[in-house]
Amino acid sequence: MTMAEVLDTGWAVRWMHETARVVAENRALLIDLDRVIGDADHGENLDRGFSAVIAKLDAGEALATPAAVLKQVAMTLMSTVGGAAGPLYGTAFLRAAASLGDAGEIDAGAAAAMIRAARDGIVARGKAEVGDKTMVDAWTPATESAETAATAGATPPEVLAAAANAAHAGAVATEPLIARKGRASYLGERSAGHQDPGAVSTALILTAAAAAAGGEVA
Amino acid sequence: MSVSLVVVSHSEKIAEGVVELAAQMAPDVVLVAAGGAEDGAGPARIGTSFDRVQAALGQASGADGVVVLTDLGSAVMTAEMVLEFLEPEARASVRLAQAALVEGAVAAAVQAQGGGTLDEVVRAAERAVVSVRPEEFEPFVSHAAAVPGGGASTGAADAPGASAGPTVSGSWTLPNQMGLHARPAATLATGLTDLDAEVTVNGVDGKSVMLLMSLGLGQGRTVTVEASGPDAQAAVDFVGQAVRSGFGEPA
Repeated sequence: MTMAEVLDTGWAVRWMHETARVVAENRALLIDLDRVIGDADHGENLDRGFSAVIAKLDAGEALATPAAVLKQVAMTLMSTVGGAAGPLYGTAFLRAAASLGDAGEIDAGAAAAMIRAARDGIVARGKAEVGDKTMVDAWTPATESAETAATAGATPPEVLAAAANAAHAGAVATEPLIARKGRASYLGERSAGHQDPGAVSTALILTAAAAAAGGEVA
Repeated sequence: MSVSLVVVSHSEKIAEGVVELAAQMAPDVVLVAAGGAEDGAGPARIGTSFDRVQAALGQASGADGVVVLTDLGSAVMTAEMVLEFLEPEARASVRLAQAALVEGAVAAAVQAQGGGTLDEVVRAAERAVVSVRPEEFEPFVSHAAAVPGGGASTGAADAPGASAGPTVSGSWTLPNQMGLHARPAATLATGLTDLDAEVTVNGVDGKSVMLLMSLGLGQGRTVTVEASGPDAQAAVDFVGQAVRSGFGEPA
């Protein structure tokens, strides 16, 4: 894997390989988190989904743009994940793809806009707000940090690294929260004391994006 | 043709079971189950599948439109995504009902069987949850308790509604072959809804299609109506006439 300053189609493909790797590596962690506050399927579902994403990327013809890669990822996740993460991440990658258009390379501003589009898609689909103990609690600070970094003149990998670090902090901060959305909300106060699995997987995915671009993640 | 239904559940068994249940009361309505998610070649696992929902919608789509009913979170989101992928003209004839799955599907199927429009079928699904409001459990429960004793409904005299006026009642035998099935139940509930009266039929709320059907009254069984309120007499007359005529069906 080469260091890449430029976010191009090759980066998008590396991002997915790195995501599949870290999701598989953290499968048990995600399952455990989801077992205590959900239905214990998040790790298994995501692992299945991203394995299918890689199989599809490996089997198909080379795709022309980052957007084409992300769109194919979205369609594959929607068909294979099965749980709430399917439509949520499916929407995120679809909206991210739409924000990129036909661009062959993604600059810092476009990288931040891509994360914003993904985050807004998840909010529109799941109708969760910040503080509901969902993946929105990772995506929202990630978006804000990415936009701040881009405005301050960061490189594209630095924008992704800023997003990943903020997503990780956001996921950690979900631990004391009481879930107000999804299956975990049925648990009420018993949902406090564990990180939200969706917020944790968001941090993994965004960390993979930064790693694939050679960005430094804390 | 009639409005078709798609039942989306995390569980293949739930989706198929709801279709089976609803089909009993709506034999001519196209009901398609989209439950569970693919798991290789094995049996479906718990989850919702974009592809299954999309295929079910394709199977159900017809001239009169489709109502989609869902269970929990990701079923709703998956159905929403499938709808977003439809062409605008196809999208216009598909509705996502915000309804309890079992009650909504049965009420929608009955409405569709009776020739309801897309709007009417959606409304029937979304109002169905009202038929299980806690306060409505009581007549339902008292009915169930009364069955072994042969219709000794005791709770009615103590009900607060009884003080609104004298109680009017009447009893008739069901002459038609099919008894009080879905269509007659809908006829009674619809006719009674507009009347200013508290009406029970064999102990259950006469304005609820679901509860009327749950009585399972066949040919030869007795229908007993008790009504109170300003329109009590009209309510009893309406039910009496409908029952005596066998709902226009063969005896």
